[in-house]
Amino acid sequence: MRVTCPNCGERDRREFYVKGAALARPAADAALDEWHDHVNLRDNPAGEVHELWFHEMGCGAWIDVCRNVVSHEVISTAWVSDLGGTR
Amino acid sequence: MADLISLSPCDGLLPVTIGSVTLSEDLPDAMTSLAPYAGQEKALSAALEAAHGMGFPAINRSTGKAGARAIWFSQGMALVQGVVVAPELTEFAALTDQGDAWAVVRLDGDGAEDVLARLVPVDLRRQSFKRGHTVRAELAHMMASITRVGPDAFQVMVFRSMARTLVHDLKTAMAAVHARG
Amino acid sequence: MRLADKGVLQRGKPVTFSFNGRHMMGLEGDTLASALLANGVHLVARSFKYHRPRGILTAGSEEPNALVTIGSGAQRDPNIRATSQEIFDGLEAHSQNCWPSVEHDIQAVNDLAAPFFGAGFYYKTFMWPAAFWEKVYEPIIRKAAGLGALSGQADPDACEKAYAFCDLLVIGSGPAGLMAALVAGRAGADVILAEEDFRMGGRLLAEVEQIDGMPGVDWVAQVLEELRSLDNVRLMPRTAITGAYDQGTYGALERVGHHQPRRANLPRECFWRIVAKRAVLAAGAIERPIAFSNNDRPGIMTASAVRSYLNRWGVAPGQRVTLFANNDQAHHTARDLVQAGLHVAMVVDSRHDAPDSELYPVMKGAQICNTSGRKRIDSITVRSVAGEERIQTDCLAMSGGWNPTLHLTCHLNGRPQWNRDIASFVPTPGAVPGLVSAGACNGEFATAGALREGAEAAAQVLSDLGLEAVKTDLPVAGDDPYNIAALWAVPGKGRAWLDFQNDVTVKDVKQAATENFSSVEHMKRYTTQGMATDQGKNSNVAALAVLADATGRGIPETGTTTFRPPFVPVSIAAMGAGAAGQGLKPQRFLTSHLASKELGAPAIEVGLWYRTSYFPEPGETTWRQSCDREVTMVRDHVGVCDVSTLGKIDIQGPDAAKLLDFVYTNTFSTLKLGKVRYGLMLREDGFVMDDGTTARMGEHHYVMTTTTAAASQVMAHLEFVRQALRPEWDVQITSVTEQWAQFAVAGPKSRELLNGMLGEQIDDASWPFMSCGAVDVLGVKGRLFRISFSGEMAYEIAVPARYGDALFRELLQRVKTLDGGVYGMEALNVLRIEKGFLTHAELNGTVTAFDLGMQGMVSKKKDCIGKPMSTRPGLMAEDRERLVGLKPIGAVKQLTAGAHLFNPDDPVERIYDQGYVTSVGFSPTLGHSVALAFLKNGPDRIGDEVRLVDHMRGIDAICEVVSPVFFDPEGGRARG
Repeated sequence: MRVTCPNCGERDRREFYVKGAALARPAADAALDEWHDHVNLRDNPAGEVHELWFHEMGCGAWIDVCRNVVSHEVISTAWVSDLGGTR
Repeated sequence: MADLISLSPCDGLLPVTIGSVTLSEDLPDAMTSLAPYAGQEKALSAALEAAHGMGFPAINRSTGKAGARAIWFSQGMALVQGVVVAPELTEFAALTDQGDAWAVVRLDGDGAEDVLARLVPVDLRRQSFKRGHTVRAELAHMMASITRVGPDAFQVMVFRSMARTLVHDLKTAMAAVHARG
Repeated sequence: MRLADKGVLQRGKPVTFSFNGRHMMGLEGDTLASALLANGVHLVARSFKYHRPRGILTAGSEEPNALVTIGSGAQRDPNIRATSQEIFDGLEAHSQNCWPSVEHDIQAVNDLAAPFFGAGFYYKTFMWPAAFWEKVYEPIIRKAAGLGALSGQADPDACEKAYAFCDLLVIGSGPAGLMAALVAGRAGADVILAEEDFRMGGRLLAEVEQIDGMPGVDWVAQVLEELRSLDNVRLMPRTAITGAYDQGTYGALERVGHHQPRRANLPRECFWRIVAKRAVLAAGAIERPIAFSNNDRPGIMTASAVRSYLNRWGVAPGQRVTLFANNDQAHHTARDLVQAGLHVAMVVDSRHDAPDSELYPVMKGAQICNTSGRKRIDSITVRSVAGEERIQTDCLAMSGGWNPTLHLTCHLNGRPQWNRDIASFVPTPGAVPGLVSAGACNGEFATAGALREGAEAAAQVLSDLGLEAVKTDLPVAGDDPYNIAALWAVPGKGRAWLDFQNDVTVKDVKQAATENFSSVEHMKRYTTQGMATDQGKNSNVAALAVLADATGRGIPETGTTTFRPPFVPVSIAAMGAGAAGQGLKPQRFLTSHLASKELGAPAIEVGLWYRTSYFPEPGETTWRQSCDREVTMVRDHVGVCDVSTLGKIDIQGPDAAKLLDFVYTNTFSTLKLGKVRYGLMLREDGFVMDDGTTARMGEHHYVMTTTTAAASQVMAHLEFVRQALRPEWDVQITSVTEQWAQFAVAGPKSRELLNGMLGEQIDDASWPFMSCGAVDVLGVKGRLFRISFSGEMAYEIAVPARYGDALFRELLQRVKTLDGGVYGMEALNVLRIEKGFLTHAELNGTVTAFDLGMQGMVSKKKDCIGKPMSTRPGLMAEDRERLVGLKPIGAVKQLTAGAHLFNPDDPVERIYDQGYVTSVGFSPTLGHSVALAFLKNGPDRIGDEVRLVDHMRGIDAICEVVSPVFFDPEGGRARG
């Protein structure tokens, strides 16, 4: 499987570490239920997901990867730093 | 008072030549990482140009030449090799001494591409990876920086503590490539 | 027998090899199979289950029968297909799965007991008694059935792996593949042409046929010459594409050393990962046998294999050949044999409208219903409207039609489609993104059609890649009709083989259907059809057809099993190439490694690092003696220890303090210049991630230390926070772990030791506890931190790594003059346990700040990662397992990390579990063992007794619960 790093171009997935779903961090004073949801509960769609990938063996960029978990198609990748600190 | 003697990362391991490929250690005079502060990219590049005659490199590229080179080193960071970075650059960027942190080797000769093709999952053939191009990539499970510094020559860097593994893995690949004839 | 004027291999280059100890001659360009046939050897192997005599069925990698062992001793290589193995001088091959010899195999008695060994035999027979399975049945089955065996010795040869990249990967070098490579190559595309055979050309090497007015072989040579002249085309013979993976990644196995004598450093195989923007699958097709009684005898081959041996290798597989076919193309075998001067006794064609020939006799509408000949076929029995007739023959060629080699199109879950016209499955277009099928693998069996499809596929690829095609004329080639009429199995008594390698017969498939294993996936598993190393390349479609017939369904409704990687067997050695010995993982060595080794000190692995365990002195015979001495030495005098493995992260920028405040539970923005503070880091789920100290080196400059274990995790975490959560902050981070060699200098005389080496003298006033700064160390610019992981007055001194070796040696000399010495990980561990300091034995991912008694460190004044979740009631419950110390009561017994804790009066059962031990050591300072543990309500139970039980190591001890700080609880020693 290959993922396109916005810096390095298309790379083998073994260069990346995957953190999991790309989610907005709740406010510090958000209700504990909201935090519980953020940390523990995940949708599991048979389709497109946004994930956080780290180009660990490469440039050290954190990347938002949109991919289809059924077809394995990688639909888009972007620097998380461009997404306004919402992840 | 006794002076401390300096040892290079690949001390006692190199150089080695197998077939047409030679692996030798490079010891740049200095290595400093430069990470520009917010909005300072252009100012840094200009200051770098003024002080050392090379601009801040674009992603996957290097500037300068042998002896004084700036290579793109990671997201928002370059590594200046060969010259001690002028202190006034601290205004524009976080400067960090990395002069001892990396083992730097040079892989040179006809077949060097084939050697790296056994260790690095990135296309480093001349048509796609020209002189001055650089990548951060995996090399046999190590985080490496690889720069083409000549038609058949590459600079390869890994963390200093992994120098022995780097030499071992490169030598193994060199021997395998050579054995094919 | 070799024919004088047939074949396209190099004449006059003889090769000597041996088979089962017998020396033979072959020619360069022979496979072991062709050379054996040239030497009149037909009995090559014994079958898997029944130990039936078997010969050579095919001429390609799909061969199910002729599996041999190559080489001997540690270098022996089992299960090599004789049809793929090239011969070379000195090649040594042996039959396998037979004893005492392939000619006389004792276990052939299995064949007589065949009625008992049908489908499901194992499941039905070895059900009971259950205890017999491991002890009795399995060893017997393993001994009886099977393939070749490994030597059991370490493999002296290496394999390698490699990466390749291209615009277009062409898989197969027959007419379609060559044409695709030519069209794409001429247009300047970056092409890899991979061919599993050692010679390119595919079926064109084995057929008598004209292309553009020249023999097909000459056309192949001409195309190859042009391809070789193109810099943008890379030819990879002996390379089988084994799998198709996501985003255009293909696995490939190249045979590098199999075809030549062993040489130093020459890899046996190379496992390639090829990344291709596009691929053309031109893998051809595999001819399928017909199932009839005793269709597995040596001398029975596929019709195309007979043509291959005749036309490519100039070998006559028999003197009196018969052919059994259901399609026109197979008749070429008879034609070629007759034209080569060989006798074709009969062509048996199941079709009533089969074509006649002036060259050979044809029986139309007839079927072969049996054969005879134990070690080689000697006759066939033909059934027709005229009745049954026996015909003498020493070689039977059979063709039930062709199956497109579409395996790779299934690797990403694609399902092939049934094509009635050719009675075969064909690939579903788009099954592998970026891959187009062309030629026989796409169901186009005529040469002209294959050339055309190859050219068209390349043109499509060029258009996808934005390259302009150079006009290339299609060569003129044969367009012979195929005219197949499906025939899968000839009815009759006796066993008719489908899967030759796993000994599965028509009867087995029917039995599976009878027992209601009527889904193809169930049938496959019940009968083991297609589950051998050839993955049923010859047999799956026929087995499916038999199942369809037995269950009264059509073939498309019955479905198909799909194929998984690898297309050909790949040795584990090739998959794991480079990972043996030192290649397993990187080794990280400290700058003090060599000097420590010279002292005879053993190293232990800590992650990738090698750290010194202890430094034995003369007379010390166990590690404990060294460890006890080193601990006492530090407490009484001074010790030196390399701590460079701790992660060190350089943090700079106007918002550096903000970052630290956000990732640590406690506050760092208030830390004064030249000071160090201990910090605790949580994960977002509220559990502890790591701890360490951070030093403020400048106004906007900090150096963070992490534990050795979590160094890379913390680095990734900081990058995550910086890039993903707080991209607006102006802060830069970089690892400096490797830049500095750092040594702990600990003990009452630590300052005395340092003062002999520093440019400026230090004292308590200039360097109080938890201070830091730049120093001059023997003329080198270094850093000094007054921190302590031992509880003693201690410093960590850092110099650029190039001076690490020299500084360690210098410290080693000087520390001795103060009755001190160097200490290793064992002593370091005891020293920190005595003080209740933490490592990742405690920070194991399941503990909270509350569990560690550090809830006070979670600042109430600010947000930090993990703070909201850490306040959940469950994470701060009194009855959580919380950190305590343990010391044994009574006679000193061994304590062990990993032991569990119970109330002394409770049964030792899981539900009564009170906690567990994380770290233990013998404290020479206190004279007894000490342990750190997590115990329910721990801090409330100081003074209580608990029972420590370690079932694994047979430990059962009563301990007293104490404070985790065993030594100097006030901390006066460290503060000086």
